[in-house]
Amino acid sequence: MAEDIFDAVSVGAGPRGSACALSAAAAGANVALIERGKYPGAKNVQGAVLYAKNLADIVPDFWKDPECPLERVITEQRYVITSGREDWMNVSFRGGHWKNPPNCFTIIRSRFDQWFAKKAQEKGAQLFSEVTISDVIRPNGVVRGVKTSEGEDLNAHCVVACDGVNSLIAQKLGVIDEWRMDEVAMGVKEVLALPKEKIEDRFSLDSTEGVTIELFGSITQGMVGYAFVYTNKDTLSVGVGAKLSELRKKMIKPYDLLDFVKTHPLVSRLIAGAKPVEYSGHLIPEGGFHSMPPLYGDGFLISGDAAQMVNPTHREGSNLAMTSGRLAGETVVESKKKNDFSRNALRLYEEKIKSTYIWSDLWDHRDVESNIEKDTSILEVYPRLLCETMYHHFTVDGRPKKGHKKETIMMFLKERGLLKMLQDAWRLRGAVG
Amino acid sequence: MPIDERLGLLEYKNDHDSHILLKSHDVCVSKCKDKPCTVLCPADVYLWISENDGRNKLKIQHENCIECGGCRMICPFLNIDCHWPRGGFGVAYKYG
Repeated sequence: MAEDIFDAVSVGAGPRGSACALSAAAAGANVALIERGKYPGAKNVQGAVLYAKNLADIVPDFWKDPECPLERVITEQRYVITSGREDWMNVSFRGGHWKNPPNCFTIIRSRFDQWFAKKAQEKGAQLFSEVTISDVIRPNGVVRGVKTSEGEDLNAHCVVACDGVNSLIAQKLGVIDEWRMDEVAMGVKEVLALPKEKIEDRFSLDSTEGVTIELFGSITQGMVGYAFVYTNKDTLSVGVGAKLSELRKKMIKPYDLLDFVKTHPLVSRLIAGAKPVEYSGHLIPEGGFHSMPPLYGDGFLISGDAAQMVNPTHREGSNLAMTSGRLAGETVVESKKKNDFSRNALRLYEEKIKSTYIWSDLWDHRDVESNIEKDTSILEVYPRLLCETMYHHFTVDGRPKKGHKKETIMMFLKERGLLKMLQDAWRLRGAVG
Repeated sequence: MPIDERLGLLEYKNDHDSHILLKSHDVCVSKCKDKPCTVLCPADVYLWISENDGRNKLKIQHENCIECGGCRMICPFLNIDCHWPRGGFGVAYKYG
């Protein structure tokens, strides 16, 4: 492969790398897709929820492809607010119209990534698996390709860093140094096998429907993060993520936190009898807008996790990655037409990103997590007060209703106070919108 | 569930060369007080052990690594050089 000069090399065959390679190759560009794992997806971990719209922009009607490894179409999304170990409150929405057109699916990443890379190959992209990159080739400040750990050169007019949160390319380019612990979350997860019928009975689903459950509050032991239970066909994905800086403060072992989640009364009943088939761990970039590196330069483009393109308050990441990958692919095609891969030509990529939801959402959510981290008591106080409110609402104890109402209001005023609540609402405003 | 059982579920292709190196072991011995790598690594790659001669050392079980990359930031002295295993080596998730 050393003799060829590719128009672009996508480093990393995750959703972004394949989106980039597919979009560029479909328009006639000569693209290499590099994967360090045994196969695409071998190194990748996600919950995993796949948003349909952003993939359909690249592979229209992908859900009609019988080979596309989708698990369940999500028809219900549930938030659980936990207080202590015994109290919790559900906020759930079931959307019948999410079946067609679908909003999102659960997927098994290693299967999905192999399918998506194959789609890129079908459009002409060349996949090289089991190849680790060790450096970028950059004579006179212009990127001209990458070096493999086996010492080979792979020449390209444009290197697209699709290599995830631990982007070696971005580090070698000098656009990022090292993330701080408050710019990433550590996620650990187990996939547990459970017969299909049991999943459908337990979660009240038909044979194609799925539910996503995210748990907040006491379940993360006061740390910024959340736990989740997602339904696949015949497995459940159970995981928890917390800011690395928070885990460091509390010195909690990530898998101990996972056990804490799995033994929570709600979760333990949902996963009872399910057999663990895989354990995994991964970093999630959560620095957001303020942590984004420069997205382009002479001969290179960066985005996806490598560029901190994650919206953690909405658990979105792979969709931003796929959109940014597509836009990177389109930019490569434009540059090829002009035969110009300079910084000036590749700026188009940033302009494209700025015109999408990616820029808008990252901007709107730029301070949510850091605001919560300033006062993590929010994570304990509100779940508790909400659960207390529900307790008063539903409890019948011979007292008049207005007594309960008064007590509830007094509880909020006493515990948090009006001014503080207004401040909290202001600080959390981005999380809801 | 013990971590050994968890890691036992995974498929690895182990490289005889470690992809994790310490820049200076002295830093672990003399400067680092609470050894966060031994707590926060999700695969127990880092163990603080006593040798037969009574000296303490940081043992690195690189073959356990699930390649999250967290150790690089966890180390307060940025003393851990964790790069990627060679192509095809390391963990291979079947689910991910």
